[in-house]
Amino acid sequence: MNVIVKATVVMLAAVMVVACSGQGANVKSPGASAPPAASGGPATPEGGESGGAQTSPVGGQGGMQGDELSNPNSPLQQRVVYFDFDKSDIKDQYKPVLKAHADYLASHPDIHVTLEGNTDERGTREYNMALGERRAKSVYQYLTLLGVSPSQLKIISYGEERPAALGHEESAWSKNRRVELDYGNQ
Amino acid sequence: MLRNRLVYLTLSLCLMAVSPHGRAALTIEITQGIEGAQPIAVVPFGWDGPGQPPQDVAGIIAADLKRSGQFAPLASSDFISQPHDNDKIQFHDWRLLGAPNLVVGTVRPEGMGYRVLFRLYDIYKETQLIGYSIPSTAAELRHTAHHISDMIYESLTGEPGAFDTRIAYVTQVRDAAGRSRYSLMVADSDGYNPRAALNSTQPIMSPAWSPDGKRLAYVSFENGRPEIYLQDLATQQRQRLSAYQGLNGAPAFSPDGTRLALVLSKDGNPEIYIMDLADRSLRRLTRNSAIDTEPAWTPDGKTIVFTSDRGGGPQIYQKPVRGGDVQRLSFEGEYNARAAVSSNGQLVAMVDGHDGKYRIAVLDRSNGTMRVLTDNTLDESPSFAPNGRMIIYATQVGNKGVLEAVSVDGRIHQRLGERTGDAREPAWSPFIQ
Repeated sequence: MNVIVKATVVMLAAVMVVACSGQGANVKSPGASAPPAASGGPATPEGGESGGAQTSPVGGQGGMQGDELSNPNSPLQQRVVYFDFDKSDIKDQYKPVLKAHADYLASHPDIHVTLEGNTDERGTREYNMALGERRAKSVYQYLTLLGVSPSQLKIISYGEERPAALGHEESAWSKNRRVELDYGNQ
Repeated sequence: MLRNRLVYLTLSLCLMAVSPHGRAALTIEITQGIEGAQPIAVVPFGWDGPGQPPQDVAGIIAADLKRSGQFAPLASSDFISQPHDNDKIQFHDWRLLGAPNLVVGTVRPEGMGYRVLFRLYDIYKETQLIGYSIPSTAAELRHTAHHISDMIYESLTGEPGAFDTRIAYVTQVRDAAGRSRYSLMVADSDGYNPRAALNSTQPIMSPAWSPDGKRLAYVSFENGRPEIYLQDLATQQRQRLSAYQGLNGAPAFSPDGTRLALVLSKDGNPEIYIMDLADRSLRRLTRNSAIDTEPAWTPDGKTIVFTSDRGGGPQIYQKPVRGGDVQRLSFEGEYNARAAVSSNGQLVAMVDGHDGKYRIAVLDRSNGTMRVLTDNTLDESPSFAPNGRMIIYATQVGNKGVLEAVSVDGRIHQRLGERTGDAREPAWSPFIQ
């Protein structure tokens, strides 16, 4: 390898280290979600008509900011919504959860959330990138409809590249067709 | 578990300049289609140097011809004699083996490298069909062998061979802690000389060859979101081509190499754009509220074939690059996506979803017939060999992502088994210039 190439590689590596330094902030919040088929982890309301979403007071605690996000009994702990195959419409069962997030975000205009769209592995990768984005946009539109400022929301699609469950059957696929709400570290 | 897998890692990305020679990452087995192959005698080449020959050139040629599914090289133990040049050939002896053709040759040291001589004979006519003397560096000896395979293949079939070509593909290896390492790999078409062009802790997608076979465009998530890069394979130098808000995906070089078709969602939803590589200027090709993605150029550079769900589900459409009406190409099956166009423009390969199975199909544009070539459940990413004879694609076998290839007539099936991790998104190179 000649000197010029070597220097280029070193420079590129340096650029990448710089580019990466912001990456550490992008760490998932704990207790992200429970898949739809699972019985629900402890303190993770299913978000259906069970009333779980209603029993926790939302925004009722006037303490430090971030309390609701870290409160294990808050519906805000459910940060994943799931979709049918090749579909991007929000299913009724996830509307109460998204309503809770919308209320929280509307009352905390300084809080930002990234909507991460994902698909199952079936079909083609770039089409799935587009489908993941469409799902994230669907959540984006629902949240803004409920009063969240677009400036609080960011969209990204991972397509089929970041499955939540490995496996090649519907039990895994149903967990992968999802949008995750990532509050990051704030 | 979910959290474990989703913890993002600080990016550690490195460009590898190391090429582990002579090791095959992909093992190739022919899974179907050996019947009907034409016997051929490839005699082990003579070696005029000291010690052992540096490569088994005849072995590489025989493996190439066998891999095509069109030839069945005879076992060298069946040979009565092992001639290396024209003066020692007893044609009537070779006729007894039932093979119509014979290949002989020698390798000899010359300067810092070697000279390879070979001859191809018609045994029944007792004539030489072709014979060449080729200088080769030590490092290029496998390529020289593939080049000879190409010449033999073309002499016997009338079509160019595609043995002296390469395959780009993406691998993903998960460690015990569930962390993934992604690599953009480039290997010879027989799986040898694998080399990582890029390693990353974040996904890599959609490798696409430049028409001169010297550069790859691809999608990398190294900055946490999809961006398109262009990398020179010889110098390892690379540049970021596209990092617009939203999707940056599905790069495809125009046949003349001056433009790149790509998918951006910066204007609202996924649309196909044409980027002029000289000044990076963009022209939007599609205008539709549906998903438009996965562009592929026809060989004349005049038309983009692409995936769109404007009709409800994903199907294959085409549109003139200069603008004009969109025309639907695929009508059979509820899901057709990710088209690849053959080098003569006649065939369009795609992923065909039907009854929950995703398989490789080809549409013959001359008569509109669609033919499913595979019988798997999760096929994707079809890519034509530059001579148009084979299609390489990715599929799932058990819990492993593997590469397979099928002849365009569906007769010959090969599996290219990656030894570690999952392999996917194969892209067959153009002819190496």
